[in-house]
Amino acid sequence: MNISFNLNGKPASADVAPDTPLLWVLRDTLGMTGTKFGCGKALCGACTVHLNGNAVRSCQTPIGSVAGQKVTTIEGLPANHAVKKAWIALDVPQCGYCQPGQMMQAAALVAQNKKPSDADIDAWMSGNICRCGTYPRIRAAIKDAARMA
Amino acid sequence: MENIQMTARRDFLKASAAVGGGLTLGMYLPLGAKVAEAQAKTNSPNAWVKIGTDNSITIMCARSEMGQDVYTSMPMLVAEELEVDINKIKVEFAPPAEVYINSLLGGQLTGGSTAVRDAWEKLRKAGASARMMLVGAAAKEWGVDAGQCKAANGMITGPGGKKTTYGAVAEAAAKMEVPKDVPLKPAKEFKIVGNKAQKRLDTPMKVAGTATFGIDVRVPNMLYAAVAMPPMIGGKVQSFDDSRAKNMPGVKAVVQYSRGVAVVAESYWQAKKAKDLLLITWDEGPNANNDMVKVWAGLKDASNQPGAVFREAGDADGAIAGAAKVYEATYELPHLSHSPMEPQNTVADVRADGATIITPTQFQQLVPFVVAGATGLKPEQITVITTFLGGGFGRRVEVDYTIDAAEISKAVGAPVKMVWSREDDMTHDSYRPGGYYKVQMGVDAGGKLVGYRYHGTSPSISSRLFPSIVKDGIDPFAVEAIDNFPYAVPNHKLTYQMHDTGITPGYWRGVSHNLNAYVVEGFIDEVAHAVGKDPIQFRIDNLDYTEEKHKWSGLSAGVAVGGRLKKVLEMVREKSGWGKKYPEGRGQGVAVMEGYNTCLACVAEVSVTKNYDVIVDKVTYAIDAGQLIHPDQAKAQVESCTIFGQSACMYGEITVKNGGVEQTNFDGYRVVRMNEAPKAMDIHWLESNNTPGGLGEPATALVQAAIGNAIFAATGIRVRKMPFTPENIKGSMKA
Repeated sequence: MNISFNLNGKPASADVAPDTPLLWVLRDTLGMTGTKFGCGKALCGACTVHLNGNAVRSCQTPIGSVAGQKVTTIEGLPANHAVKKAWIALDVPQCGYCQPGQMMQAAALVAQNKKPSDADIDAWMSGNICRCGTYPRIRAAIKDAARMA
Repeated sequence: MENIQMTARRDFLKASAAVGGGLTLGMYLPLGAKVAEAQAKTNSPNAWVKIGTDNSITIMCARSEMGQDVYTSMPMLVAEELEVDINKIKVEFAPPAEVYINSLLGGQLTGGSTAVRDAWEKLRKAGASARMMLVGAAAKEWGVDAGQCKAANGMITGPGGKKTTYGAVAEAAAKMEVPKDVPLKPAKEFKIVGNKAQKRLDTPMKVAGTATFGIDVRVPNMLYAAVAMPPMIGGKVQSFDDSRAKNMPGVKAVVQYSRGVAVVAESYWQAKKAKDLLLITWDEGPNANNDMVKVWAGLKDASNQPGAVFREAGDADGAIAGAAKVYEATYELPHLSHSPMEPQNTVADVRADGATIITPTQFQQLVPFVVAGATGLKPEQITVITTFLGGGFGRRVEVDYTIDAAEISKAVGAPVKMVWSREDDMTHDSYRPGGYYKVQMGVDAGGKLVGYRYHGTSPSISSRLFPSIVKDGIDPFAVEAIDNFPYAVPNHKLTYQMHDTGITPGYWRGVSHNLNAYVVEGFIDEVAHAVGKDPIQFRIDNLDYTEEKHKWSGLSAGVAVGGRLKKVLEMVREKSGWGKKYPEGRGQGVAVMEGYNTCLACVAEVSVTKNYDVIVDKVTYAIDAGQLIHPDQAKAQVESCTIFGQSACMYGEITVKNGGVEQTNFDGYRVVRMNEAPKAMDIHWLESNNTPGGLGEPATALVQAAIGNAIFAATGIRVRKMPFTPENIKGSMKA
């Protein structure tokens, strides 16, 4: 079944079963591997993308539910986006695997909260696991990004 | 599969010759020829540097980048002496080759916090040697003495305003004789090493989402494999019914391989959906009935064996029997999973005349041998390409998943990307072994420490992976942070008893430092409190200030370092505001350790709620790691170790039932999240130009001991059973 949607501002389509998670359509069908597979159960946040501007777990988002909607991935977050700039300025990533998900989650926060408190950041980011333990730098980078955004 | 691995390891060891220095694992690969060939095609003064005619500079990174910054810190060492702009170079991951062997481990292997320690002189000399050859080539062309020429920023200048680029003389330089005497610049002239403003070279691509991890690799005509592996450790496929799976859309083949059954399809999701429809009967193997009752009973029973003595002085048992006061304790430490964020995966393309393996590995040098064993090819027919690693933590020292992918590719005759689910990864890990520990301390009437007994019982990781380094019942990787017991007790006897729990043991970030440092530092804290002394001063008063050599500490300083430990204890006392008065439920705990030739002291400040939930408020470190190469990332490693260690001591526990691991994903295996990380981290360094120590691991162990001691300070409860869950804390209350 051919499903069309908007990916990073451009039309995209995939001829796959409608229950296929958006994650695997992005990675395998469309070759957009910036979005990562971590747990397959919405427990770790590595696969976070934006669906109509909201942060969602692409591993739990069937492609059928995405038809006609707007998807943004790490590749579509502009290079001059405040989150990307803050992440680079503080050298946040270590292994870097979870970071696309962390950044997409953070981007959705700074879009709506220009001065996130520590409690705001805890509440918003606690679904995204980082095994390298970059949390202190993520927290600082979110605050910087919110100031820039 | 275990058989293939063991045969390959034997072949590997047979091909080995002694590699100098350190704790050698006795490995060696005759792949020099490949490097020479690579050199001829490019203008390479040596195996570490490639110079393009366009003046591009490529520095080879021979260690696996799994977050710990080798992608930047290794090239920084080369660039310092090569005299090039570190921010303009390219970095390439090196293929397996003899020249890239880690001298501290004897293999091309990333682990043991050895990357910088091994590279410290080697890579600066490689840079200096290449620079000397480039300058020599320019001088020869100009007919002047090399001493009259100077290299800076990829340019060479000579007398009379002569000027050329590295690129212009690279071809001639590659033919120059390799200099024998390679002087290195003194620390005060460093421009790159120690630069606090240096950024990671891999950050831009990791932020853009373009860094290629193993799981991101795509090759032409590639198929995808999802796998079903036995749920019980040591199980095998007995029979399977693929009648439903093989008719699913996109499925190309269902194949049995050594460890399980793979469904190969046009996409991962198709493979995964079909895999879920397989009906498999398992041969449950020898561990079918294993559970935690058996695991703990086995460890406790084994702990009644005398064990192997790895350090002894005087008459410990006699001194304890005659002591005025005797303190004793037992500790129970659980098995743990690595759970890197990137599940195991490999792209394998096995053909009749050769194979290409593209994989996130910490041990690229072993891969050709195991894949040869699995495919019938020869090791030299196998090309290995290392990608970025989405975390390693020791899990990717294992090469099991490269064997699986190679077998599957061979069976279907096509390039295959095998991707494990999180469940596959968590239940087919090699686990930080659990352990059972008994300790005793005898104190005389004057409060002096007179006798110490330490008896650790745990599975031996090296017996499984590198049996040649296990001697007389002692695994060097089981006695870390205890062979170098840092306190002066005239009579001591330290013993180790290995015991297999039926849970595959593996090297896990910090390895047995995590076990032994918790026991050593937890117990010394108990003794300090019992004799009414301040825990920091008590440690300083009792450190071993001799130059006693430590026999088994292959990756440690190898000698008592009381003076260095005293300095970091004094520094952490000052920086942490030690001795503050806290309300009930809040407190500070200290711990100190030498590991990987780094001396660290840590003070943790915790709050314990009425429900016995632990909150880590602040962690303060004082660290003597010698010369820092990339200071900001040295700090990042301590931050990383802290949170990795915190995950372990607060939540980490792998359990088995019916022979299989019960935790399957991050709901059952809890790790620290944003809201649980320490509210503050304060990391201080002892300024030093001494030889660098390792930083990728040691704080992982230390922070656990500091948190445990802080829980005691906050509550008066000594928790000798990890993790520090409310249940275990309550269970540790004195009756």
